Amino acid sequence: MSTYRCQECGYTYCEEQGDDHEGYRPGTPFSALPEDFTCPDCAVRRKEEFEEI
Amino acid sequence: MKGYTASLPNGEAIHYVDKKRYLWLLSVLYPLQPFIGIWLHASTGHEGWLLLPLAIGYVVSPLLDWALGEDTNNPPEAVVPQLDRDPYYRMLTYLVVPLHFASLIGAAWWAGTQSLSWWAFLGLAAVTGIVSGLGINTGHELGHKKSKLERTLAKIVLAVPVYGHFWIEHNRGHHRDVSTPEDPASARMGENIYNFARREIPGAFKRAWATEAERLLRRDKPVWSSDNQILQSMAISLALQLGLLISFGWPMIPFLLVHNVFAWWQLTSANYVEHYGLLRLKDANGRYERCQPHHSWNSNHVFSNLVLFHLERHSDHHAHPLRRYQSLRNFDDLPTLPSGYFGSYLLAWAPLLWFRVMDKRLLSLPHVAGDLAKVNIAPDKRDAIYARYGRRPVTTT
Repeated sequence: MSTYRCQECGYTYCEEQGDDHEGYRPGTPFSALPEDFTCPDCAVRRKEEFEEI
Repeated sequence: MKGYTASLPNGEAIHYVDKKRYLWLLSVLYPLQPFIGIWLHASTGHEGWLLLPLAIGYVVSPLLDWALGEDTNNPPEAVVPQLDRDPYYRMLTYLVVPLHFASLIGAAWWAGTQSLSWWAFLGLAAVTGIVSGLGINTGHELGHKKSKLERTLAKIVLAVPVYGHFWIEHNRGHHRDVSTPEDPASARMGENIYNFARREIPGAFKRAWATEAERLLRRDKPVWSSDNQILQSMAISLALQLGLLISFGWPMIPFLLVHNVFAWWQLTSANYVEHYGLLRLKDANGRYERCQPHHSWNSNHVFSNLVLFHLERHSDHHAHPLRRYQSLRNFDDLPTLPSGYFGSYLLAWAPLLWFRVMDKRLLSLPHVAGDLAKVNIAPDKRDAIYARYGRRPVTTT
């Protein structure tokens, strides 16, 4: 399980935890997020611009 | 005055004092304007005083912007983390939330209990609506932050102008699509503000609703549920406006209608001037380039920035949406509005004047350089604009 980070605002998506508020269940892999996923906090960085940490 | 000390990468120590620290109180006090009119009306008996905030907003503010000019200074980057952590600045944004409620309730009480002429009654409703439009600005500053408290306060204050969908629409929709033809909240070259409003107001609501519906669907919740963040804010609006209707009777129907429309018109005016004609280009994969400072019109005018929590430093805001108002920066070569927002709104409301001033500014921006392919153009004006400004990039000096 990996964690991905938005380099603009620091939002992190942890696959283990998912994102309850956004409706991504724990264990949802980052790759399974919608193709048009953008950072839920800043909307500046798109999915492919997130970095794995 | 409180200062911040930090060391630069070369070891040199710097000390910074924010000269605007206490001047930001103007953003807190500005929404109390209806009370100035009410107080002067009460003490002189002249209803005309109720309209004084119109003169403050659209005569005094543009004149002060002109007289005081611009401030292009930025806080040193090394002290920004301290500036952001300083609770004083965020306290001001909390403090203004109840004042927005006070302003609407106080003005409704005055309108509902005095025998006002029809024009003074509607004028007070309009003035109060304009001030509640500033509540969208307060909700904007709060809603961009990560803390639960600030996000909750954003939803609460957005209930005053009945714009509960703004938080989702703006953060998840407008910021993602800004300065593209897909964005209902980015104005296109050749599009006048009245046509823009007809596209922006319903378009923004639909996008917010769809965004929230998708989120709730992922959470296996129905759209019509107490988890719907738009409905949470709208429920407060309903309680507030119904409460005023019960307290002050049927005159509240026209009062609140005028109030709400004027509040929304404030946001429409801001959205209109903030991205007029600007366009993010697509890369080889058909994806829009990342939002840069030159994708928003900026203004460094001192006075109107001080009453709007630095909203007019809009270029930095869109490139870095979580930056707090006290830390927003100016950059070189930004698209620059001719005045602060209040003066720019006056221009926007007179479309021919607006096009005359802004189209030239737009085409002479360094990243556009007369190339209409780099401009977000209204589809129905495309032929006329190409005929007028030529198909080939023109050299500008």
